[in-house]
Amino acid sequence: MSRRRATPAVVPGEVDVLVLGGGPAGTWAALEAATRGQRVALADKGYCGTSGSTAAAGNNLWYVPPVGSARQDAIAAREVAGGHLTERQWMERVLERTWDAVQTLADWGYPFPVADNGEQRRNSLQGPEYMRLMRRRVRRAGVVILDHSPALELLVDPDSVVTGAAGIQRQRAGTRWAVRAGAVVLATGGCAFLSGALGLNVDTGDGALMAAEVGAELSGMEFSCQYGIAPAFGAQTKGLMYQFAAFTDAEGAELAGGLFPSGLLDVQRAALRTQVYARLERAEPQIRQAMRWSQPNFFLPFDKMGIDPFTQRFPIRFVLEGTVRGTGGLRLVDDECATTVPGLFAAGDAASREPVTGAISGGGSHNGSWAISSGGWAGAAAARFAAGRPTGWSTAPLRPAGGPGLRPRGHHIVGPRADDVVAALQSRVLPLEHNRFRTEQSLRDSLAVLDSLWSAVVDGLAPDSSDAHAVVRSREAAAMLAHARWMYRSALSRPETRGVQVRDDHPDTDPALVHRIRVGGLDRVWTAVGEARPDTHPQARVPGALAQMAAS
Amino acid sequence: MIEVISDSRCIDCNICVEVCPTDVFEAVDGGHPVIARQSDCQTCFMCEANCPADALFVSPLAGPAPAGSPLTDETFLASQGRFGEYRRWLGWGYGRRPGSLQDRNYVFVERIRRAAEVGEVGEVGETNGQPRPPGHVPHPGS
Repeated sequence: MSRRRATPAVVPGEVDVLVLGGGPAGTWAALEAATRGQRVALADKGYCGTSGSTAAAGNNLWYVPPVGSARQDAIAAREVAGGHLTERQWMERVLERTWDAVQTLADWGYPFPVADNGEQRRNSLQGPEYMRLMRRRVRRAGVVILDHSPALELLVDPDSVVTGAAGIQRQRAGTRWAVRAGAVVLATGGCAFLSGALGLNVDTGDGALMAAEVGAELSGMEFSCQYGIAPAFGAQTKGLMYQFAAFTDAEGAELAGGLFPSGLLDVQRAALRTQVYARLERAEPQIRQAMRWSQPNFFLPFDKMGIDPFTQRFPIRFVLEGTVRGTGGLRLVDDECATTVPGLFAAGDAASREPVTGAISGGGSHNGSWAISSGGWAGAAAARFAAGRPTGWSTAPLRPAGGPGLRPRGHHIVGPRADDVVAALQSRVLPLEHNRFRTEQSLRDSLAVLDSLWSAVVDGLAPDSSDAHAVVRSREAAAMLAHARWMYRSALSRPETRGVQVRDDHPDTDPALVHRIRVGGLDRVWTAVGEARPDTHPQARVPGALAQMAAS
Repeated sequence: MIEVISDSRCIDCNICVEVCPTDVFEAVDGGHPVIARQSDCQTCFMCEANCPADALFVSPLAGPAPAGSPLTDETFLASQGRFGEYRRWLGWGYGRRPGSLQDRNYVFVERIRRAAEVGEVGEVGETNGQPRPPGHVPHPGS
């Protein structure tokens, strides 16, 4: 039997809103724009429905009922854990929006489990199920989905307003595409440097590079050193079940006191000197089946290897998850998820999640809620922006803004190869000793290598334009290199240990550094002090109950 | 990484070509799709999840399986019930119930939250003699 699949969508010449990225943030953005009657297209590097961190890994949600002081308590806890870089008003909005969106998912038929009391438990979404549903809803809403259509660059009008994007169709012999749009939402995910972490190899930071080329700023890039635990043979970076693990060194001596997750830092430090092993021996036999049903993709690799992780100890390794489960990304300048560039909005992991995660990882729950919320806001704002634009945008001449890895500036006879660039930058960002445990010296050593690579890339990295995969790889190399430099420059600008950033030369938290760090630029990377003590901003609202008491 | 496209099971629907997020497969006119770019495989199992014929096997190794590995041996893998394994857990396919109905992640998230609250008494800030600033909590991920 041979079956022809549906013909790929025809690329529209013009839409009102173009969404780049088809994970949760992108699909929520597209839906929100489409329900406002706008013409919407969504382009994904891979396949909307399987692409990205959520589809492969799934996530819990930051999902707190509007009952009593539950939300205020959750917010207060996060303010402390997040190193006081969060923003109360954003957290309140995200909790509210997530609550409503999850109701929508239930209405659409997402099969939530039912607890013993007969109520659905709605704070976890299994990735394949969730993203299959989102794709269906996006299609039903009339959004044109362009799969396997990586965006390569943004298009700007003569006033430097973002007015579309261009890319390549890698399953159609590298045919180039260009879509003119009244506004663009970047939902391209974070940057995990092709580390192989579960589902993250599509997250190479392409969106932030495109945005930086038109002048966008980022924030929180120092909080980019999140590492997941994986069995050494594979790359299944799902951490939750390691709460049941005993970690041992090569000689079998137990590491850390089992404090989880905070004890993981000690385990990571031990991994610098010894092979670390784990065994999920603390899981009582009666809960093991529930563990399997909750995270089948955690156990699948062990089953395939013939390893019983409850009784056999297995070697583990730490795999960089970069800004995907870190925090940093494009800096948002208002409640609508606008970036610093007109016409360009950002959502999900492409945006800085400092407002809701602060200085620690939002992996697993906050990021999931952030994707839903910021996606919806960005989609709505992009629709409004497009609708409010003077009509000239649909005929204005557009300039493609892409540079490094796409259009080499110099005339070198032989430029670097993309694979070599990637290997060189990975050698500075993947190892725990460079990125997890940072010092000024190691950061400066890394930057010397990375800056010199950047010059070579800008001058001479020229893809073989007849090979679609080579074109994409070349652009990804440039994007990852830009991220590495933003990340380490930001780390230098934060000479302290806070949240996920550990500076071994500055092991304390410095009260003078309770502010965000902005970063930007490509040839010359700059950093600047961002919002100071955002969680105690004078406009922060008094918790509801207190406000009522004050008013009465 | 993806290792096996079963010759006897594959129905040439090319769904794997379509859904692979890193574009590892390539369709072949009049034949089964092929693994064209194995090195791009990120071992995410999404092709297995979406294969309606249970014809694919993704080895759990982050790199290619060594020559002669049982992880490339279709007969052995079939005898172990390894084809379509992820789909059975997901409850995808005719007559199955979604696996997410059995999702108990809330139990495990709650367990960590409670442990953290207990741990705050005297434990946060110091572990094994290593000082730790408040707020330093490496997150376990999803």
